[in-house]
Amino acid sequence: MFEWVTAIFTSLPLAVQTMTLIILKIVAISLPLMLCVAYLTYAERKIIGYMQVRLGPNRVGPKGWLQPIADAVKLMFKEIIVPTGSNKYLFLISPVLSIAPALAAWAVIPFSDGMALANINAGLLYLLAVTSVGVYGVIIAGWASNSKYALLGAMRSAAQIVAYEIAMGFALVGVLMAAGSLNLGDIVRAQSGSVIHWFWLPLLPLFIIYFISGVAETNRAPFDVAEGESEIVAGFHVEYSGMAFAVFFLAEYANMILIAALTSIMFLGGWLSPLQGILPEYIFTIPVLGAMLGGGMHWLLIKISFILFHFLWLRATFPRYRYDQIMRLGWKVFIPITIVWLLVIGLMVLGRVGPWWNAA
Amino acid sequence: MNGIIRYLKSLLLSEMRQGMAVTGRHLFARKVTQQYPEDKTPLSNRFRGLHALRRYPNGEERCIACKLCEAVCPALAITIESEQRADGTRRTTRYDIDLTKCIFCGYCEESCPVDSIVETHIFEYHGEERGDLYMTKEKLLAVGDKYEAQIAAARKQDAAYR
Repeated sequence: MFEWVTAIFTSLPLAVQTMTLIILKIVAISLPLMLCVAYLTYAERKIIGYMQVRLGPNRVGPKGWLQPIADAVKLMFKEIIVPTGSNKYLFLISPVLSIAPALAAWAVIPFSDGMALANINAGLLYLLAVTSVGVYGVIIAGWASNSKYALLGAMRSAAQIVAYEIAMGFALVGVLMAAGSLNLGDIVRAQSGSVIHWFWLPLLPLFIIYFISGVAETNRAPFDVAEGESEIVAGFHVEYSGMAFAVFFLAEYANMILIAALTSIMFLGGWLSPLQGILPEYIFTIPVLGAMLGGGMHWLLIKISFILFHFLWLRATFPRYRYDQIMRLGWKVFIPITIVWLLVIGLMVLGRVGPWWNAA
Repeated sequence: MNGIIRYLKSLLLSEMRQGMAVTGRHLFARKVTQQYPEDKTPLSNRFRGLHALRRYPNGEERCIACKLCEAVCPALAITIESEQRADGTRRTTRYDIDLTKCIFCGYCEESCPVDSIVETHIFEYHGEERGDLYMTKEKLLAVGDKYEAQIAAARKQDAAYR
């Protein structure tokens, strides 16, 4: 049926073939991701609604399932207003700058054993580099808007990201020490064994710090001072409307999913099955059941959803941090703890402690 | 020493977990949302909605143009003009309520000695053009004629407390 497709494909030059494959893979990653972002907004409204003892959106389509589609259509047809005093070029480029890293980072995420767009050895380094670029979108947006609230939001965001990037980096150094590799696939493989082999247990403080820094890094409540609607209107995106605003919105949620994916990979064993080490090995060789219970992409997705639920849970629970408290938490609590725990990991690795490092 | 213990305790995030337990419990709590157009909250018989002018059972309008409501209205939403009718009684020639000014305090209803101006239970109304929310005497009487049963029932229920 598709012989003619393969015939055309094989007749192309090799470089074009590789390019086509890569582009297809990018589409296969980013399209479902965008869909997930849309439905994450729905899940957020629904879950926060339920936690506030109300129902959340339930009018558009059955049970409100079409709400994100309606929102997207609404935003697409709204006018993009460019303020007269703004720097037009920077104003329009900053939403792109904020969403591009959020999507680019997915290149190195291993969805399952060997299933990554780019299986590079410096994956962790790439991630640190790419996710840090995202903040430029926020800062440039705040600057280009030529509005005091936007500038205040951008300044807050910059200071916050600097503070939490360090704690996040140190947490990842802990993962790197524990796994002995920068390759994300190898990091997951280093956690295989059982649930207690996953890095969340020996790296528990780093796990919690990484997650909280991730919340701060994505400017989510309770660290959303960059938006701070009760203080500075909407922070860095006050002047944005229509699709330009929607892209910021997408970037925020794509970043959330990214942080959730990274947390699952670094600390919750990525694609590994939690049943590994509990059920006897022969069960995983049964045709369908084995694939369901054994490691695979579905476990990664379940773990991502679990972390995302906590993002929403945090937002529904805590009021916004005061700015000086954010700085205190970042500089005076998280960074010292991560440094101390790096020392502890070093000692544990040297002493071949527990079920984690005695094999090597 | 106490400070150190407090610091170490704070690392357990126990207060955060307490807070999250509260919201976590509410996730499963029964939801209080009223699905408005389908199910509505019960209205008090003293509910103050759209105004109406009432008539006596014989069809005579109740209003005697005493202008107490006009005087008491804090929003100055009521305008009344009156004259002597052929049978010697004083009646209104104009009785207007500007609903865009009205604050629905219910003072007009309370001040009325003959229970003529009343507030009904109607709260789902709208105006499509300028002037639609300016209620003239004719419009007010029409509302009163249409909803007399509900108005009378609400008055009767409340009679014991007046």
